[in-house]
Amino acid sequence: MNPFDYERATDTAEAVAVLTQRPDAVFLAGGTNLVDHLKLGVTEPGLVVDINRLDLAHVEELDGAGLRIGAMVRNSDAAADPRVRRDYPMLSRALLSGASGQLRNAATMGGNLLQRTRCVYFQDTSTPCNKREPGSGCSAIGGYTRYHAILGASPDCVATHPSDMAVALAALDAVVVVLGPRGQRRIPISELHRLPGDHPEQDTVLEHGDLITALELPPPRRGRSTYRKIRDRASYAFALVSVAAMVDVDDSGPKPVIREAAIALGGVAHKPWRAGAAEAVLRGAEPNQETFLRAADAELEAAEPVEGNRFKVVMARGAITTVLTELTGAPETEPDENLEDAHE
Amino acid sequence: MSDLLTTSAIGTRQVRLDGPDKVRGRAPYAYEHPVDDPLYLYPLQAQIARGRTANIDTSAAEAVDGVVHVLTHDNAPELHSTEDGELAILRSPEIGFRGQYLGGVIATTPEQARHAAGLVIISYVEDDHDVELREDHPASRTPESGGGDVTVGDVDSALAEADVRVDQRYSTPMEHNNPMEPHTTIARWDRGELTLWTSTQGVHPTRSTLAPILGLEPDRIHIVSPHVGGGFGSKGVPHADMMLAALAAEAVPGRPVKYAVTRQQMFSITGYRAPTLQHIRLGARADGTITAFTFDAVSMSSQTKEFPEEATKPARMMYAGDNRRLTQRVVPLDVPVPSWMRAPGEAPGMVGLEIAMDELAVATGIDPIELRVRNDPDTDPDTGMPFNQRRLVDCLREGAERFGWDRRSAQPRSRRENGWLIGLGVASSTYPAGRQPGSVARIRRTSDCYEVAIGAADLGTGTWTALTQVAADCLQVPIDQVELQIGDTDLPNATVAGGSTGLASWSAAVIAATENFRAEHGTDPATGAQSQGEAQANPAAEKFALHSFGAHFAEVRIHAATGEIRVNRMFGMFSAGRIVNPRTARSQFIGGMTMGLGMALHEKGELDPRFGHVVNHDFAEYHVPVNADITDIEAAWLDEDDPLAGPLGARGIGEIGIVGAAAALANAAYNATGVRVRDLPLFGDAFLPQ
Repeated sequence: MNPFDYERATDTAEAVAVLTQRPDAVFLAGGTNLVDHLKLGVTEPGLVVDINRLDLAHVEELDGAGLRIGAMVRNSDAAADPRVRRDYPMLSRALLSGASGQLRNAATMGGNLLQRTRCVYFQDTSTPCNKREPGSGCSAIGGYTRYHAILGASPDCVATHPSDMAVALAALDAVVVVLGPRGQRRIPISELHRLPGDHPEQDTVLEHGDLITALELPPPRRGRSTYRKIRDRASYAFALVSVAAMVDVDDSGPKPVIREAAIALGGVAHKPWRAGAAEAVLRGAEPNQETFLRAADAELEAAEPVEGNRFKVVMARGAITTVLTELTGAPETEPDENLEDAHE
Repeated sequence: MSDLLTTSAIGTRQVRLDGPDKVRGRAPYAYEHPVDDPLYLYPLQAQIARGRTANIDTSAAEAVDGVVHVLTHDNAPELHSTEDGELAILRSPEIGFRGQYLGGVIATTPEQARHAAGLVIISYVEDDHDVELREDHPASRTPESGGGDVTVGDVDSALAEADVRVDQRYSTPMEHNNPMEPHTTIARWDRGELTLWTSTQGVHPTRSTLAPILGLEPDRIHIVSPHVGGGFGSKGVPHADMMLAALAAEAVPGRPVKYAVTRQQMFSITGYRAPTLQHIRLGARADGTITAFTFDAVSMSSQTKEFPEEATKPARMMYAGDNRRLTQRVVPLDVPVPSWMRAPGEAPGMVGLEIAMDELAVATGIDPIELRVRNDPDTDPDTGMPFNQRRLVDCLREGAERFGWDRRSAQPRSRRENGWLIGLGVASSTYPAGRQPGSVARIRRTSDCYEVAIGAADLGTGTWTALTQVAADCLQVPIDQVELQIGDTDLPNATVAGGSTGLASWSAAVIAATENFRAEHGTDPATGAQSQGEAQANPAAEKFALHSFGAHFAEVRIHAATGEIRVNRMFGMFSAGRIVNPRTARSQFIGGMTMGLGMALHEKGELDPRFGHVVNHDFAEYHVPVNADITDIEAAWLDEDDPLAGPLGARGIGEIGIVGAAAALANAAYNATGVRVRDLPLFGDAFLPQ
């Protein structure tokens, strides 16, 4: 661990100003990711600016419905907020499926969005990594890729974004409020995180000095929603694949029809993956297994798994259809359809 | 043979005597012993898997405020024996595995030490390395230690003539013990004497190992280890971390040096279970009687020091079969040194064997329990000796009854609930009932109690409590009249807490000491009266094959569409002789089963062959089980005692809980899905269409 200076910010504008003047400074919020990185040598800032005293820990209702969640609200508090639980249950579930109780008590909403990949090579300074050290190479390709991307990756980086919360926010069309050196701006969640391309060192579109101050959720939409996380261990494990989904079915006609759907996938890409192709298939279609499979396949057609994570395409397909089945109450897949072909 | 002890405290559900101190933080673990003016050590580790250092530039590190000394092979204190390749550290620039110690920084604070370690510039000359285990590896060889190969009858003919055959390959991966308390040591050299406050499964064996290497008479080394936060074999022998702490302390005489191994360092320094490849062939008659049996196992070992993970071991005595061939090979590679991990040999060996038995049950159409009953031998197939009490069949039958085995359908994929496929599985368990000679107990009458002193260890297993219960019954006094002292080389010699021999071995010493004490001092001894007694080898071991047995039952569910695997129930039924403390015993049984759950579902060190190290080297990436993985876990045991085990009537229980547990889960997964997984762990992808 490198020696560093420490300052406690008391004012958001001042915090941004301090960072702007110091290229080697970082914000410290919950510390659940940054402190690990300090110990591991993944990051070596010269100055740590503690923003825990900033007045950014409120949940407020917005005019015209919707919710604003302050960036310093702890994950546990957001998950337990009655308005979040009532109007955005998908978000509450996503938050509660992340990390452990202790970590959720410390982790903040803004920090959760900006946590970095858990790619084992990124976290290990003894192995090359383009994200940590641009140009050094990607060790994951040809290595341990179980938690790596199958969508939107590049030859330079196959890392995934580890957040559960962000996946729900993507499906909810949340907006990220940012205070930067040039004032405040509002960024749709889908535009916050980047795909790796040839600059995997840039996780997001934020620039040095930008401070997330709040998340804004649009008014709750009609329909049923959930968050389903597929993981090797039942708690305290990152997603292999996760699905945040909202489906609104119109039951008024002779046949039920999907009026609206929103789906985002986690564990599969460098960013929370909004499944637009799947949504397009679902809109206007009858909710049944055939539709769900077509929707999943439409999204996963673009999948480019690497050696060691090909199973995730099939797993994502199963996760999407399972979630859609649960949300629409459509009859289940014929028993064993998924498995029997391969094994019997 | 002595008569069995008359029991009063033994067999009662005593709470842990050390519990209140532990929850109050008053029970000192190794790192917590108060010392004056300590220094802190942070290691330098090799970042190549094979080769040598060309240069180690310590100048920037030495310039860091607070740094007292930087230790490397250039300036390390002398060693008097280098026979043990794992412990002979800092002898030369040579590198045998990635993560090997190359030195250490000693500083006033742990942060300074760690920071300065990062400033040491090491340049390497790198050689090609080989860390990949395969069955046909040219370096494969018969291990220097171990039971040796077995050839009985004519397996090839018997296999050819068999009505039913199973011929499959199984594998178990690299697994890491990872006790909650990492390996930690405070070392202090003072005028030619070394004190180690450390975390070990045996203070005396550790001292005996270190003394000749450090060139000290054993009585010049004092080891203190009253409480150990888990060992699982990884603290059974001293590893390089303790040597590094000792050498660091020697370099700064008079100053205590503190070293706590980090979780990540544990993956290359403190031992692990070597991966195994198992080729098993079973030939049987149509009625399930095994007529031919071959088991060819290859396990990974290290160029630095050999350790055979002897997967064939349990197959030597487990089932009958007239024609048998067992071979065990090791492949020494450029990898960290493997070591003991809970039930070395038995735990991986019973994965292949017990899945193979399940496959034979399917092939013959015989219920897996009945198949095992039909192949239960009358005498030990390995030695020809009679067993002490081979109650495997009782465990299987009683366990089946309690578990509800009759609810299992032999047809796989026949139970589906809400998208989940549900299945039941069974596997046998076994572990040798060993007792080691040489432990000594000292009993002394004080004004208000009996002091019972022996250098035994409590790894969180319950020794403080159980050995107190044994001593109380030996002395025929209430347990509050016994004051037990353990975990210190100033106490009489004790053998290691390993191989499930601890309590049986130490109790034999306590029993002998009590007999001497009563003979010498009567039933109304004066204050200060004192006697010693020594544990002898168990004479029954000459004439009987001494083993414990058990049966594991599991119910798992696997999601048909996502492959997720979760466990509804695990139940273990054991025959382990007399149970000294049902409360702590249950904890050990289900602890072993939980580790079996991890072995089945989660644990796998991902050794990246390009770099040569385990890349998922922390608790976020290397998974051990959590409560949410399983709904219900329970253990029970047959009410019995075993006079052949000794006057205590008890056999060890530290390891039998893990043996066979993973196979029961794998067999349940097959019953649930029809998918046979032969390579641990059972990741969900195995159950998805490929």
